[in-house]
Amino acid sequence: MALEFRPVAVAREAEPVGSLHEVREAGLDREDLLGIYRNMLITRGVEERGHILYRQGKIPGSFYTGRGNEASSVGVATAMGSDDVGTPLHRDMGVHITRGVDPWRIFAQFMGRADGPTKGRDGNVHMADPNLGLIAMVSHLPAMLPVAVGAALAFRIREEPRVALAWFGEGASARGDTHEGMTLAGTRKLPVVFVCDNNQWAYSTPTHLEFATEHVADRAQAYGFEGVVVDGTDVLAVYREAKRAIDKARAGGGPTLLECLTLRMEGHAVHDDAFYVPKVMFEKWAESDPIERFRSWLRANADMTDEEEDEISTGVKKLLNDALKRAEDSPMPDPADLLSGVYASVEDLDTPHHK
Amino acid sequence: MAELTYLQAISDGLRTEMRRDKRVFLIGEDVGVYGGAFKVSLGFQEEFGPWRVIDAPLAETAIMGACTGASMMGLRPVAEMQFADFVSCAWDHLVTVAAKQRWRAGTPVPIVLRLPSGGGFSGGPFHSQNPESSFAHIPGLKCVCPATPEDAKGLLISAIEDPNPVLYFEHKHLYRRIKGEVPEERYTVPIGKARTHREGSDLTVITWGAMVYTADEAAQQLDGDGVSVEVVDLRSIMPWDKAAVLESVRKTSKALVLHEDNRTGGFGAEIAATIAEEAFEDLDAPVRRIAAPDTPVPFSPPLEKAFIPQVDDVVAGLRELAEY
Repeated sequence: MALEFRPVAVAREAEPVGSLHEVREAGLDREDLLGIYRNMLITRGVEERGHILYRQGKIPGSFYTGRGNEASSVGVATAMGSDDVGTPLHRDMGVHITRGVDPWRIFAQFMGRADGPTKGRDGNVHMADPNLGLIAMVSHLPAMLPVAVGAALAFRIREEPRVALAWFGEGASARGDTHEGMTLAGTRKLPVVFVCDNNQWAYSTPTHLEFATEHVADRAQAYGFEGVVVDGTDVLAVYREAKRAIDKARAGGGPTLLECLTLRMEGHAVHDDAFYVPKVMFEKWAESDPIERFRSWLRANADMTDEEEDEISTGVKKLLNDALKRAEDSPMPDPADLLSGVYASVEDLDTPHHK
Repeated sequence: MAELTYLQAISDGLRTEMRRDKRVFLIGEDVGVYGGAFKVSLGFQEEFGPWRVIDAPLAETAIMGACTGASMMGLRPVAEMQFADFVSCAWDHLVTVAAKQRWRAGTPVPIVLRLPSGGGFSGGPFHSQNPESSFAHIPGLKCVCPATPEDAKGLLISAIEDPNPVLYFEHKHLYRRIKGEVPEERYTVPIGKARTHREGSDLTVITWGAMVYTADEAAQQLDGDGVSVEVVDLRSIMPWDKAAVLESVRKTSKALVLHEDNRTGGFGAEIAATIAEEAFEDLDAPVRRIAAPDTPVPFSPPLEKAFIPQVDDVVAGLRELAEY
């Protein structure tokens, strides 16, 4: 008789968030909730306008969005402390927005302008403001996991109550960097939270061809820490689970692998029509749109009024329109500057990270 | 001044910086309790504790990535690859993350990677390589290859002070074989400055690492023929001291580039091309290269001897050049 292997879930599956009372318990007041909603709208708005810019031919190269991932990115970033650091990836625009990056600088980055955070040297979401505790990603996706582990190692060596957040997708979970980073973090019980945005597709590859367990988070047990699976379209549940994991890490309890089950409501990048994703899946995703889901929750549970909703969406529109204009006024980078900064000078060490 | 081996000088430099600057820490496989595969950090964990002398899992990617992250948080990591050969497992983090971070994102990555490199003792294809030219090709990385105990200490301190990722190639064949006077106090040797190992007027040998001694022995033999050979020890591969090389070549008019790494695409090719471009009018002979052949490093002694440039090979090359 052939042995049949059946994957068994070992990660904890988090409950959805219900009432306003429950949210208050988690430390969020009504203003915070409206702020989260606003950040989710800015996140999507930045990417929607970016897509338009791309179609207008104003963005060189390709363009990637995280549509469907707003609850995951904003929810986790909201749970971070001001001195915490993180390595968000290309579906995590909400982390940059929540940490406070000015949208006009993001548009400048998209268009390769001099005022983008990388001054035109890198594109897309390959950017980060170190003043906001963020480290710029590279295209080799899980490469940032060991980097976040290193930040956590620094906090442990200096005995600082700070936590590092490491983002990755379920696709990136296949590479050795993920294994090595989690091994080091687990053996040394470092203050790091691994956040897996499981959007169910690695470009065109579905999850069952990416990993053989039921959840990515099931692997956490093998590294000696807790794995949690949360509905990544429920921003409040994401926040609650991220807060628990971050608090635990800060208190010396070691890492957590938090898997957010999320959506990729568009192709891998704008050139990809995602023909390989079944149509019913897109229809189902549209019903679970994290922004619409949270909007309904706010109206039902936090009495968000029409006026408040209008005020927020009008404010976001104005912010983004002004940002676009300012970014389009930004000059292109000067080719004469190409050679500068390949090597750092001692003065460059005078950054927030190096204090 | 104390007389130290090359290996003791490396330990001395590292200990000096760890005592002076509490941001400096060491991470690597077996660097703690065991003191490192070659005992460079013997006794360090007792002195500095387990969180500044960190025994890492067998995971070079995690080691390099963690150094990058820790350096961005203000620490000064020194990582040891057990053998330079294993840096292939950390390539991505050095080349993709650390090397490019300052240029594209504005955040410096001050890390030192210690790489026990080189052959000569039947280490075989995976414990003998000299991969410096691969990294010299990557903008954003610095590469140093000290040959003497004095430079081993001074260049290590400079590397730790440097705000960039620095690959520190320490030649294993020099560890216990080479001794020299080393100042007891803290000092630095500038990265990117060559050293004249031996003055001469008829021919120039440009080399680094263990080949400095091979070149010197060959030069002694040429001295018997009445040919005066200058040996320039490059000490740093990236940045490299172009001015010192061109100055020596302009003086002697004949140049031989010598290295232990494979010939094709080795750093000697860059040096030879630069001499041809910038000192062509001063040359009395074509630039000559002596390097390992384009094979992996062999294990068995007669094969390894045929692979690594020997004194006789250099003597023959220099004689040909002298007669040209």
